[in-house]
Amino acid sequence: MIRKTLFTIGEEEKATREGFGEGLVSAGTGDKRVVALCADLTESVKMDGFRAKFPNRFFEVGITEQAMSGLASGMARMGYIPFISSYAMFSPGRNWEQIRTTIAYNNVPVKVIGAHAGVSVGPDGATHQAIEDIALMRIIPNMRVYVPCDAIEAKAITEYIATTNYPSYLRLAREKTPLMLSDNYEWNNGKAYVMQIAKHKHGGEFAYNIGIIACGPVIYEALKAGKELEKEGIAVTVINMPQIKPLDTAFLLRFVKDVKAIVTVEEHQVAGGLGSAIAEFLSENHPMRIARIGILDRFGQSGKQQELYEEYELTAKHIIEKVRSVIR
Amino acid sequence: MHSLTDVEVQALTLRAEDIRESIIKMLVEAGSGHTAGPLGMADVFTALYFRILRHNPRHPEWVERDRVILSNGHIAPVLYATMAHAGYFSVSELKSLRKFGSRLQGHPHREALPGIETSSGPLGCGLSQAIGMALMDKMEGHKPDRYFYCCMSDGEIDEGQTWESLLLLNKFKLHKVIPIIDRNTIQIDGYTEDVLPLESLKDKFESFNFHVIEIDGHDFRDIVRAVGVAKSSIDKPTIIIAHTIPGKGVTAFEGDFRWHGKAPSLEEGRAALKELRSLRGKVSLD
Repeated sequence: MIRKTLFTIGEEEKATREGFGEGLVSAGTGDKRVVALCADLTESVKMDGFRAKFPNRFFEVGITEQAMSGLASGMARMGYIPFISSYAMFSPGRNWEQIRTTIAYNNVPVKVIGAHAGVSVGPDGATHQAIEDIALMRIIPNMRVYVPCDAIEAKAITEYIATTNYPSYLRLAREKTPLMLSDNYEWNNGKAYVMQIAKHKHGGEFAYNIGIIACGPVIYEALKAGKELEKEGIAVTVINMPQIKPLDTAFLLRFVKDVKAIVTVEEHQVAGGLGSAIAEFLSENHPMRIARIGILDRFGQSGKQQELYEEYELTAKHIIEKVRSVIR
Repeated sequence: MHSLTDVEVQALTLRAEDIRESIIKMLVEAGSGHTAGPLGMADVFTALYFRILRHNPRHPEWVERDRVILSNGHIAPVLYATMAHAGYFSVSELKSLRKFGSRLQGHPHREALPGIETSSGPLGCGLSQAIGMALMDKMEGHKPDRYFYCCMSDGEIDEGQTWESLLLLNKFKLHKVIPIIDRNTIQIDGYTEDVLPLESLKDKFESFNFHVIEIDGHDFRDIVRAVGVAKSSIDKPTIIIAHTIPGKGVTAFEGDFRWHGKAPSLEEGRAALKELRSLRGKVSLD
């Protein structure tokens, strides 16, 4: 499942939004009920492929994120599967109540696509860096929440959500990020899965077993951290949890038996995101040591992705420090 | 659609009075809810459900039906009462309004009650949904022949989403969307022109490139004729501004914005019913 070129000279990069664009064309080819709406960012959110192939099923709505949610709800009531897209800061940022009432409470299969999420969007600065969107969507009943780790997973999730009747949120990033999954990766109905397991070079036992659970492209930093920690005799298992809601609790209950502590990693506020979801569940069902990596109640700012990852403590180095801190 | 005969007008008038009585009874029973808007829109809803709509109360999801999208969900009592009298469910169920476990939620909930096209309450949301429905209808070649009536309040025109939707309605030229605006001039904090002036509403809509018809929202002939004109105006969408009297039918409630968001007490309800029933005697069939 892991791409052979990962961490090699041949490593490939592609933005998750690109994967979404491909997935939408594929979904639209397979199902005529798939329609797409965009709020004046068609190329940016990669709906241009769908627009070119299915011009009659594409609707440019201008900068009307609130009305766009309503249009999509009405379309869904007519039996269609609408995808609505903008930057995550504006949808679901600006149109949260419309999504709550007319999409989630109505329980219609509208797919909300939040592009350019996270601080990694970079130079645009805090106004355009959605780092609260997982929380916003996770707390709405009926809504399902997905965060793909790379373009391959983004494509697979896009194709999948086009086949369900659930209101869904898909979070995308702007920047090109490493492809981590192989081309034959298949979406497994939202189940969490192992990305990396530490193997002792000499066949001996590790002193510690730590689980890192992450979502989104930032999982690349977690994989790097895991490899470094292995050299220190700390066994790290890196888990990808692309479906934030519903949470794969069956996996968590099995997994926690094998690890001493859990570190969560996400490019989102620590409040309300993946780490919160896991901490909420485990504190009630299997209390244990948990540390969360994410944005610490701050706004973003302009900068390059790597500078911002450094400033907001999202790099492999910070993950390593966090893991060391939980075993001390 | 031919113009209404006197007999037809009288039948609709009696029907609207039954609906107003139901509204009063259900609000008294609920102990909370909105009074002015539902009474004011009773004639428009009666005209829709008993004259204008292509619908089947026994098959609420009939694919060929016309849609009524209630945008200002707080006037739910008039929607519920009209639907009950039209046969969607039993009139006795109206007593359950706003009660625990009821299908008649304080604001309409699509999944609770068949025949409700959308959940609404937060204002400004309905027109965009009607547009989304009509866009799909257009994509399907306007077959079958369906119309999308969006009942809106004047107060909710304050909402930014309403104006986004008007821009989109003009862009997509969806003449099968027929917004009917309840121009009763009141909202919770007072008269609309004091709270946030809307006038000239007609000029605003015309400048957005719509055909605008202003009607007396209590005149069945006016209501039915306006819908007929809207249907025949296929070059651009038509907006119907229905001038209504909030609290219509009960002197104590009429025109008073304080009745926007409260329910009558038992005493006030009794007096209101007495007045409504005595009005019935004034309408004769000769």
